[in-house]
Amino acid sequence: MPEKRIVLKNCGIIDPRCITTYLDRDGFKALKKAMAEMTPEEVIEEIKASELRGRGGAGFPFGLKWELARKAQGDEKYVICNADEGEVGTFKDRYILERDPFTLVEAITIAGYAIGSNRGYIYLRAEYHHLLDLLTNAISQAKEMGFLEHFDIDIREGAGAYVCGEESALMDSIEGKRGEVRYRPPFPPTKGLWGKPTTINNVETLMNIPQIILNGAQWFSQLGTERSKGTKVFSVSGDVRKPGVYELVLGSRLRELVEGLALAEKVKMVQVGGTTGRVLPYDMIDTPLAFETILGAGAVTVFDVSRDIIDIIYRTIEFLAEESCGKCAPCREGTEVMLEILGRFSSGEGTDKDIRTLEELSSVMMLCSLCGLGQAAPNPVMDSLQYFRSAYDNRMRKD
Amino acid sequence: MNKSKEMIPIQGKRREDLLVLLEEAQSKFGYLSGECLTELANSLGLSISEVYGVATFYSFLSTKPQGRNVIRICKSLPCFLKNYQTIIESVAREIGINPGETTPDGKFSFQLTNCIGACDNAPAMMINSDVYVDLTPSKMSQILKSCK
Repeated sequence: MPEKRIVLKNCGIIDPRCITTYLDRDGFKALKKAMAEMTPEEVIEEIKASELRGRGGAGFPFGLKWELARKAQGDEKYVICNADEGEVGTFKDRYILERDPFTLVEAITIAGYAIGSNRGYIYLRAEYHHLLDLLTNAISQAKEMGFLEHFDIDIREGAGAYVCGEESALMDSIEGKRGEVRYRPPFPPTKGLWGKPTTINNVETLMNIPQIILNGAQWFSQLGTERSKGTKVFSVSGDVRKPGVYELVLGSRLRELVEGLALAEKVKMVQVGGTTGRVLPYDMIDTPLAFETILGAGAVTVFDVSRDIIDIIYRTIEFLAEESCGKCAPCREGTEVMLEILGRFSSGEGTDKDIRTLEELSSVMMLCSLCGLGQAAPNPVMDSLQYFRSAYDNRMRKD
Repeated sequence: MNKSKEMIPIQGKRREDLLVLLEEAQSKFGYLSGECLTELANSLGLSISEVYGVATFYSFLSTKPQGRNVIRICKSLPCFLKNYQTIIESVAREIGINPGETTPDGKFSFQLTNCIGACDNAPAMMINSDVYVDLTPSKMSQILKSCK
């Protein structure tokens, strides 16, 4: 199946340093239409009708976030664009920011209109500091052309913390604190940044907004599956001949992406959704990519037949143990214990008790962790036990 | 002498500016000294432990002196799959330090970092804010030689 470039419509075509190239391709027409012909409530209804879901990994109904923020009481409201993209193997937002910062600026401004905010923030990870000038320039040019009359957009940079991609830790970071996850409720649309109603949206999700406004909700919702509308931008890396960014209609099969487009061969395993995503053996390569099945933020890392499963899972949990914010015990302690156990399997010293501990820990972490990091850390471990049990059995201690 | 007061304007800053101020101080001085953290704490009306807590949470901030050029080689899975180990070894060969170390002349510090989002062109690294991709040992050698 060929790519369908909706989010990536302008990438490689416009000059990301020059707003007039964006205006030539319907740039800022959606913002004008929204402000001149639609009420904020109508904008929100259109987005809700499109059934757009968040593209940062959680897949939350996008329109609902805006509706809740719109209805929330507050003299000040904030729009935050989450450009923290820290999930391992994800680089689609980087690709988008490099090539089409203007669509993002327009989308954030539409968000401001919809929820009743006059201040937006882009939280840009420290590792993308080299994109700061490009983004700043896009905002200034939009301002000069009069598109940001009632809306200011500031860029706040991260300082190297994966967990700050989690929306509540992100807000704490903007507030000048450690990026620790918050207890919810209250949720951000009610009480977010500095206790004010806030929406936090991923770069890719926002990129869909202008076209939904211009073309209508149905244009968008006719694509995809029952519960996953539109397209998804995938980041493919690892043992593939053509790593890169690919945009496909949701519901497309993993095989089309991995073998058809990225030209992988002799695949053993695919990790979909990064360290907190799912792990699939090759015989599940025809699984459709959708929220109902497997998706995450669309990081697709491919491992060929030469790769050692235990090593991969160890490195995955090592990342999560390191990046845990430390606030809640299930995640802080659980990731460390998982790592210790996987270390034993790495050296051929695993036991049946270790397997039972991993299973018990997993259910506690999934149920009790404060955020997605701890809740989803068990995914790669449990998936590998389900599909690659022999890899563990072969590393048992021989008494 | 209160270096941080001299060089970072703190007047009128609030609690929420702490991370921005830490990032500025890191950028200007190369690291966050105890003196600097104390100064920030006093100016913002915070405890030193709170400021220290923020400074030590983020991996791009350092409370220890660093070299002028901070090399951060990505150690996450996509870069691991593309032989990041040979790149790490080439750094040791070229400038004689291992991850976690700084050269005696203060020119380079070397760290391993987590995914920097350059997986399509792995193996990759950053030196300060610059990203370098499609690394090979010979490319590393050239890059390191060109650093000031």
